[in-house]
Amino acid sequence: MSATLTASGAADAFRTCAFTGRRIHRQAEALVKANAVVAVVSLLIGAIAALLLVLTRWQAVHLLPAVWYYRILGVHGMNMLIFFIIYFEMAVLWFTSTALLNARPANPKLGWVNFGLMLLGTILVEWMQWSGKADVLFTSYPPLKAHPIFYLGIILFAVGALLVVAQFFATLVIAKREKTYEGSLPLVVYGAMTAAIIAVITLLHGAIIYIPTFLWSIGVIKSVDPQIYRMIWWALGHSSQQINVAAMVAVWYMLSALTVGGVVLNEKVSRSAFVLYVLFISMASAHHLLVDPGFGPAWKVVNTSYFMYMAVLASMIHGFTVPAGMELGMRLRGYTQGLFGWLRRAPWGDPGFSGMVFSVVVFGFVGGITGVTIGTEQINIIAHNTMRIPGHFHATVVSGTAMAFMAATYYLLPLVFRRKVAFWGAAKIQPYLFAIGMLLLSMGMTFAGSFGVPRRHWDISFSQAPFSVQFNPAVDLVLAVMGIGGIMAVTGALLFIAIAVKSVFFGEPLGEIVPGRAVAGVPQGLTNPPVHPANVDEVNERLHRENPSWIGPTPGTMALVGIFLAAFVVYYFTNWKLLSVLWKVG
Amino acid sequence: MLTKVHTGLDAAPGVWWKPAHKAEKVWVAIAFAWCMVLFAMMPLWHWRGGQNPSGIRRRVEPRAFYARTQEFAKQYQVGTDRGLPIVQPPAGSDVYMTALTFQWYPILQLTQGETYRLHLSALDVNHGFSLYPLNVNFQIVPGYDYALEVTPTASGDFRIICNEFCGIGHHTMVGRVIVLDKAGQRVSDNANARLGNGATP
Ligand SMILES: [Cu+2]
Repeated sequence: MSATLTASGAADAFRTCAFTGRRIHRQAEALVKANAVVAVVSLLIGAIAALLLVLTRWQAVHLLPAVWYYRILGVHGMNMLIFFIIYFEMAVLWFTSTALLNARPANPKLGWVNFGLMLLGTILVEWMQWSGKADVLFTSYPPLKAHPIFYLGIILFAVGALLVVAQFFATLVIAKREKTYEGSLPLVVYGAMTAAIIAVITLLHGAIIYIPTFLWSIGVIKSVDPQIYRMIWWALGHSSQQINVAAMVAVWYMLSALTVGGVVLNEKVSRSAFVLYVLFISMASAHHLLVDPGFGPAWKVVNTSYFMYMAVLASMIHGFTVPAGMELGMRLRGYTQGLFGWLRRAPWGDPGFSGMVFSVVVFGFVGGITGVTIGTEQINIIAHNTMRIPGHFHATVVSGTAMAFMAATYYLLPLVFRRKVAFWGAAKIQPYLFAIGMLLLSMGMTFAGSFGVPRRHWDISFSQAPFSVQFNPAVDLVLAVMGIGGIMAVTGALLFIAIAVKSVFFGEPLGEIVPGRAVAGVPQGLTNPPVHPANVDEVNERLHRENPSWIGPTPGTMALVGIFLAAFVVYYFTNWKLLSVLWKVG
Repeated sequence: MLTKVHTGLDAAPGVWWKPAHKAEKVWVAIAFAWCMVLFAMMPLWHWRGGQNPSGIRRRVEPRAFYARTQEFAKQYQVGTDRGLPIVQPPAGSDVYMTALTFQWYPILQLTQGETYRLHLSALDVNHGFSLYPLNVNFQIVPGYDYALEVTPTASGDFRIICNEFCGIGHHTMVGRVIVLDKAGQRVSDNANARLGNGATP
């Protein structure tokens, strides 16, 4: 009797995916859903905050009073950079380790406990921030002090997340032992594993710095050294963005496969690039301290350049292999016309595809180039704490990571939630609206920063300051660009939230999917999967044989990365030029 | 021999450690070479460039630093503006400035082309030193003295904006640095006025 029960229980634990034929574990799926829902709620809070902030920083509008501006700024940072992103990453970890490996999750009950821990931490932090007991902004640099419960909330959240990451590794071990897949981990799971490893490093730094800060806030420790805090805090604050980068790149590979049949050119190259992230990313956080008093030039140069640039190299590698994999995937399916025929014929009406492409492009061209440039020891002098900094990281974290996650959601809705994507017409344009808005916002901020406009500042008309400061009138223009871009981007984000919420809670069930027949609300990559021909290996050999030069079988991508490199070189040296005319300082 | 065609969602075929395609190798080599250029620029600028965030850095007790600044201000005071001393130290001397909520103390009066050792620190919390309109930025951390060799290459009436959040009055924290021209005169057409008329910084 009990034997039958167990057997049937085990069978019930899984369902079979209608699209892919993979075995999906129901408990794991429920955890994916729960994390995704909280991620979207955090995104909603963060997006409303974003709108209020952008309408305040746009000096012509100047909406919020000072107290609420700084308070909402803290709320925005916490919800976007920590809650939205990390809950979504937890969903990605559960999804990749189970669904992509046909595996069962390690101890799903414990998964719920950890989820609860994170949720409790989240609620405590939100409570403290909204009630004005933690007006210390996202970075909470001591000696600015928040209520102890604020630090406690962050610690609970981090511990919960750390335990979920441990469960992810346990799930990988189970899948390996139960032989649910053959060969090595798929590249997408490998990328997610990289993100998980970086998450461990990151969250440990979070514990190292927030536990003493918590003890200081309740009076057990006398003080926390503000410089050491900045160093270790950034090993949390920056590395957490590297979890995003690794997860985002994994999502790029996933969507490339789902939307256009993008292939992996070479596992060795792509995997080595992921390893570079793990090895070098924590040190890269030193670029937040380039003009700090606590560290000498040798320390700064070594930690930014010799370590960070190896991570930059990794991103430049993925920036080639992802588009090249898409190009080759398209060419293998017969789209061989000209240099960019593969790109023209790509499914631009599929939000999973367009969102992913914008993520790659804006992350690389805007986020990557500005980031490496302002992360240079001396160039940081003309960038530190100006609006160039948020201009840069909105291009990476938002246009890059958040956009990739949104694009992935258009596939997760039918695959995991088994619902059609609601408001399908709006969904198709959402990535365009969001990408253009974010691009304008990032550019507006970057240019304002170049004129010296500070970040995290309520009133750049300095109406209450003892000495007058009047910015170049061009600043009004670029701030208007930022404002308009911000409004567009927030509209895009709210549209995304409306689509996600409607689909999940009131969505039309998927129904039957016939391959080859388009259905409104289901991305093209699922109704019309990008299948490679049966003799694809032969075609691949032929394409390589016909293109024996160094340009290889993906000439379009070669051209694109050439343009990228040229833009990079010009921007980088322009900044040295700007620096060279300043006062002598050293 | 090429790897079997597969996507990132498929388990990688048994042995995946295969030679990269030529195009990939070329791009990795170019990217690596570019990273080497990025590597080289920073030491190069320390050697030949004029703007480096090096300085002399040492720990200091915040109140002691503030007391030193007040002593310095008393020693070289030449005037007062908005209750703050205007301080004109001799060329080549040690110059002190303390950041405190929400004030830069004192006002400095320097001379174009002369070199000073500018000591920056904070009395209370983190602040951000942002010299306007030049856009020169340094982090000010309490407990740390950041002593930078500074040579103003232009005369004018400059501002210091605080660009690190330091509390609710953060946006009112603006200081002043006057740079006399080589003849020791104040420049009427100061940098700020020029900006007001639409020039670029
Ligand atoms: Cu300040």
